[in-house]
Amino acid sequence: MLHLFRHSLLSMIGLALILLVVFIAIFAPLLIQEHPSYVEVSTDQGTTRVEERWDINFENKLLPPGPEHYFGTDDFGRDIYSMVVWGTQISLKLCLMVVLTATIIGVILGGVAGYFGGKIDEIIMRVTDVFLAIPYLILAMAVAAALGRSIENIMMALIVVWWPQYARLLRGQVLSIRENQYVEAARSVGASGWRILFRHILPNSFSPLLVQITLDLGAVLLVAAGLSFIGLGASPGTAEWGLMISMGRTHMFHAWWYVTFPGLAILITVLGFNLLGDGIRDITDPKLRR
Amino acid sequence: MKTWEYITRRLILLIPVLIGVTILTFVVSHVIPADPAMHFAGGPKAQPETIERIREELHLNEPVLVQYFYYLNDLVHFDLGKSYLESRPVTDSLAQYFPATLELTIFAMLISIPLGIVGGIISAIRRNKLSDHITRFIAIVGYSLPIFWLALMFQYAFAYQIPILPLEGRLSIGVSAPPPVTGLFVVDSLLAGDLEACGSALYHLLMPAFTLGFATLALILRMTRSSMLEVMGADYIRTARAKGLSERTVIFKHALRNALIPTVTVSGLSFGALLGGAVLTETIFNWPGMGRFAASAVIGLDFNSVMGFTLVVAITYVLANLIVDLLYAVIDPRVKLGGV
Repeated sequence: MLHLFRHSLLSMIGLALILLVVFIAIFAPLLIQEHPSYVEVSTDQGTTRVEERWDINFENKLLPPGPEHYFGTDDFGRDIYSMVVWGTQISLKLCLMVVLTATIIGVILGGVAGYFGGKIDEIIMRVTDVFLAIPYLILAMAVAAALGRSIENIMMALIVVWWPQYARLLRGQVLSIRENQYVEAARSVGASGWRILFRHILPNSFSPLLVQITLDLGAVLLVAAGLSFIGLGASPGTAEWGLMISMGRTHMFHAWWYVTFPGLAILITVLGFNLLGDGIRDITDPKLRR
Repeated sequence: MKTWEYITRRLILLIPVLIGVTILTFVVSHVIPADPAMHFAGGPKAQPETIERIREELHLNEPVLVQYFYYLNDLVHFDLGKSYLESRPVTDSLAQYFPATLELTIFAMLISIPLGIVGGIISAIRRNKLSDHITRFIAIVGYSLPIFWLALMFQYAFAYQIPILPLEGRLSIGVSAPPPVTGLFVVDSLLAGDLEACGSALYHLLMPAFTLGFATLALILRMTRSSMLEVMGADYIRTARAKGLSERTVIFKHALRNALIPTVTVSGLSFGALLGGAVLTETIFNWPGMGRFAASAVIGLDFNSVMGFTLVVAITYVLANLIVDLLYAVIDPRVKLGGV
């Protein structure tokens, strides 16, 4: 499989970008120049929450990129390079949590709908129709607004929005795989419905699922950054890319670096996932191989 | 099956989806929040008396099912509650802002769809040449870009460094808005014969519409390219070539008509992405539409407005998809209208 990958330059670039981003996320504490501290703050709901804080130093306010600060500093004198690198962890964690949870929910519901059919299929599919009738960003915005502002709530909102398409995808897979003779053979030796679903159908749905997951990691990051940008995510001062762009917006014309670098970080990560996803699709779908 | 029968049937099928959408918005607004009354009152800083009054008004002490029927009853009377930011009914605010969003979205489609189709065709006929690589690169970057960041980069480049386009707004200062007929400034100014206002409106639309449509452009470019490539390999194209038709006729008369079918579907689906993107684009370009209104409602904890906006967008999107499906049947005679 890997040798096919090598023929596609774009997929190789995608793979390289993702490896780079994962490397940065893992080794972030070693790569940054300044480190965050953690403080306990009270929330709207009366509970407390731990938040990261970056040292404020007004003397270094809005310095352009240079050897001291690779990506310059923000309006509170914080090092943008350190925050962008740190933000890699936050973003990757968010995308993975959202997409994997949505996949699990979608796979179970879609599998049940496709395999057992009948009333339960009808109900699950009508529910997905409703969710898919509202654009992602807008439904997620409404749910996140109802839950209250925080990164965790953005994650919850995105899971709510994202599971239906996995349910659809898996249902379609089940309907086509179910007709194969090996499934019939399993059934004839007395395998239970769940066993057939998990041992026979799910492994055979792996590649379309993997393509969808890879592409969605990027898509989720874009929507999450958008929600942070309008102010639904972390509290100001957190190293979250969408939020940083939103904060830098007022300083855009005299400090271009403030919005530019967090945006490039989002672009590179999403581009990596999209190129990789396209690459996996091309090599797993023989019809597209030319 | 006749077209009218098909349309009627599709409209009937819309009803359960729309009911589902109201259940969903009801759950999001009345069931998910820990204290819905606090949300509707404008957040944790609201007066306890206000919260108590709203709890009564919204029947929040009643069973959930009863609450839903009150909610539905308000909806059929076009009552989406009061906007706390603007101190007027949410329906009034949305009605005022809707045309600006519609104008922006229409222009985003007018820019992105033709450019995407032309780019896709060029890419496909010049496969693996330099122009193909460039367009494919634009396409993949186009849907990996955060739209709000792209908007800021455009503002920096074309309103600040090389100031050739206006930074924000719908009209230049000193140009008065045309008398409202449709609410679309370009149309209204033409109806009023005010060419200056029309020019100004178009000039202000250029950057926001291009930004909003950029991801759609990328998607359509990809779609057109790949379906063009598939069609060009079909037997009837070889037949057309064998007959000695010119390459031009083969591409435009035989290949394109068939290649455009998936593009139409994608254009319809991308309408939802445009409505979502409008929230971000309108905020940045200070465009007085529903999206900017919704974004400020989210920040201002104006929950009624957020929920009203969600519902209006859902209905618009569902109707837009219906129109695309009908269009689909017109373009592709092979689609039997009955085959829903």
